Amino acid sequence: MSTFTFEPCELPESAQALRADVRAFLRAALAGHPPVLCARSWMGFDPAFSRLLGARGWIGMTWPTRYGGHERSAFERYVVLEEMLAAGAPVAAHWIADRQSGPLLLRFGTEEQRQRYLPAITRGERFFCIGMSEPDSGSDLASIRTRAVRTDGGFVVNGTKVWTSMAHACHHMIALFRTTVDANDKHAGLSQFIVDLDTPGIAIRPIRNLAGEDHFDEVVFTDVFVPADALVGTEGQGWAQVNAELAFERSGPERYLSCVQLLIELVRELAGDPSERAAVGVGRLLAHLATLRQMSLSVAGMLEQGRNPALEASVVKDLGVAFEQDLPGAAQELLDVEPLAAGGSDVQQVLGYLTQIAPSFSLRGGTREILRGIIARGLGLR
Amino acid sequence: MNELRGILTSTVTRLLGTEVTKESLQEAEAGTWPAALWDALEGNGLTRPLVPEAQGGAGGTWEDAHVLLHAAGRFAAPVPLAETILASALLSSAHLEVPDGPLTVAPVRPGETLALAAAGGWRLSGTVTRVPWGDAAARVAVVAPVDGRVHLALVDPALAARTPDRNLALEPRDTLAFDRTPVDAAVPLTDGDAAWRLGALVRAVQMAGALDALLEQSVRYANERVQFGRPIGKFQAVQQQLAVLAEHVAAADLAAQVACRAAGRGDATFEIAAAKVRAGDAARVGTGIAHQVHGAIGFTYEHALHFSTRRLWAWRAEFGGETHWAEALGRAALARGAAALWPDVTAR
Repeated sequence: MSTFTFEPCELPESAQALRADVRAFLRAALAGHPPVLCARSWMGFDPAFSRLLGARGWIGMTWPTRYGGHERSAFERYVVLEEMLAAGAPVAAHWIADRQSGPLLLRFGTEEQRQRYLPAITRGERFFCIGMSEPDSGSDLASIRTRAVRTDGGFVVNGTKVWTSMAHACHHMIALFRTTVDANDKHAGLSQFIVDLDTPGIAIRPIRNLAGEDHFDEVVFTDVFVPADALVGTEGQGWAQVNAELAFERSGPERYLSCVQLLIELVRELAGDPSERAAVGVGRLLAHLATLRQMSLSVAGMLEQGRNPALEASVVKDLGVAFEQDLPGAAQELLDVEPLAAGGSDVQQVLGYLTQIAPSFSLRGGTREILRGIIARGLGLR
Repeated sequence: MNELRGILTSTVTRLLGTEVTKESLQEAEAGTWPAALWDALEGNGLTRPLVPEAQGGAGGTWEDAHVLLHAAGRFAAPVPLAETILASALLSSAHLEVPDGPLTVAPVRPGETLALAAAGGWRLSGTVTRVPWGDAAARVAVVAPVDGRVHLALVDPALAARTPDRNLALEPRDTLAFDRTPVDAAVPLTDGDAAWRLGALVRAVQMAGALDALLEQSVRYANERVQFGRPIGKFQAVQQQLAVLAEHVAAADLAAQVACRAAGRGDATFEIAAAKVRAGDAARVGTGIAHQVHGAIGFTYEHALHFSTRRLWAWRAEFGGETHWAEALGRAALARGAAALWPDVTAR
């Protein structure tokens, strides 16, 4: 019925040529990194590594040179991203700014905002987090209540953001606030702002996750002054802007590669196993991985052509997280080992870590249920 | 899309879309050979997309053949279109003449072999089972070893002792017994596994087409069927299931397209294996969802849904199921080792 148009996508020569450079760089930069650190993948926060990448020109790759970008193709950026993820490079520090905040500013930001933030992002010096969810607003994002009220020269913000990844280590938050209250339309009156996280009145409290990591935070705003020039785009258009932004968030290779370190360790462990069971288990995972990569590449091709693959991105994310979420369980069955938080073998630690964080895969960036709702709308059911 | 592919797509969609109906499928299942449909396919030049133009084919690629195979699956065409495309491709690439009429291939079951011997011309002996359309085919492209070297031969199935059999979709899958049967021609093959591998490819593409039909029928039904005062497609429980079906359809479809692209370039074993595994997994999940959404009416012979689901259940096993192809992928990956895993995936 051709509702979704996934076409095979060919990476151009230039992108493939770049792959060898990225691999050589990563081999040197990650020498000695234990597998369990690599398994953190895009959860691994390492400012020094981000600055190294910035120096190589691998942050803001597609952005205009006048903002510090490198005007390279979406395909070249794609190759760098997938190589980073496959190697388990600690990319979390610059990841959000490169993926979402920068493109948001290029699209909706003022010239002054672009000049001020983008070059520093591309150098790997300025890190962004995303303030969307609130204690009473998760999937029902449009119900947020944190208020930004007009005052002399700007806004005064009161409210709480939660599950904000790495807010305690970032410089800025792209925050979604309610600027006007319309009882009849909750999607109206939302606006996006760039908030400096060292502004007085902001309290950041890490929330420990079940694996013992302080990865996400609660961010409380008490009479926080945000200057007028921190508004991103148009006041009241925050909902439309956020949805455009989420299309970027959902389209990348990180949505099926979160557990690729485990697949690599699994192959290492089973390489000497002549059983049919081992071969079938690995082969099945590989068939899915290879297909997801082709789907993800196809979305990259649509972005490069300037098309809007929001639906296709939702398909890839939902299928991708189903794959990566299933992988720890499948690997445990094939290996028949105990997952461990510490001690034991490398593969036990990788398995232990990914088993614990896997539940987040189908929550972050839009829950499974929300994504399937988007797909159902695309099918003409809603 | 190139010009040839555009013409093939519009022609095959129009032809199968009008000629293949619930009634014609029921007649075919009752044993009637749909001669008019076959003649129309052949007359419109849709049966030999991979044969060079000089030999009377369309001179296309596997990506061109894809649109025909996909349509054959989508419309559940009750003729050996896929088998003819496969057999004619094998014959022409072995520089054998491609005869008119429906064609098929044998053997199609692991472990079955035929023997070819020179005795006053090439003679074929042995029994093969589950040959697709073995009775309807004008000729069979047969893979058989001669002194350890695999050959491709062309034989008339009318010269074999034939026992009819069917798959779950009631498509003919016949037993052919040869006994020093003379063949039309025989030549050595450089790639002895091509028939098996490309057989898996054509089934993977047909499955993607049949999955597309499942989605189309299921979404239409969910928008029409009213319960509790509204179309069942308005219920989130149904929407979530149809979204999953759509995801599997999209994955199987792209995997099959990628495999066709690879088949035109050289060794496509990896992509074909991945496509057959992916199509099989999609069939397992997708047929369940389609039937659940359709409720009891979809479980009747009267309703057309089963023409797609029974084909998917049958095709999933033909030319190797998920276990077979996953094992092949897994053995290759384990032999190459952990360090080669990602480089091998990205080299594709």
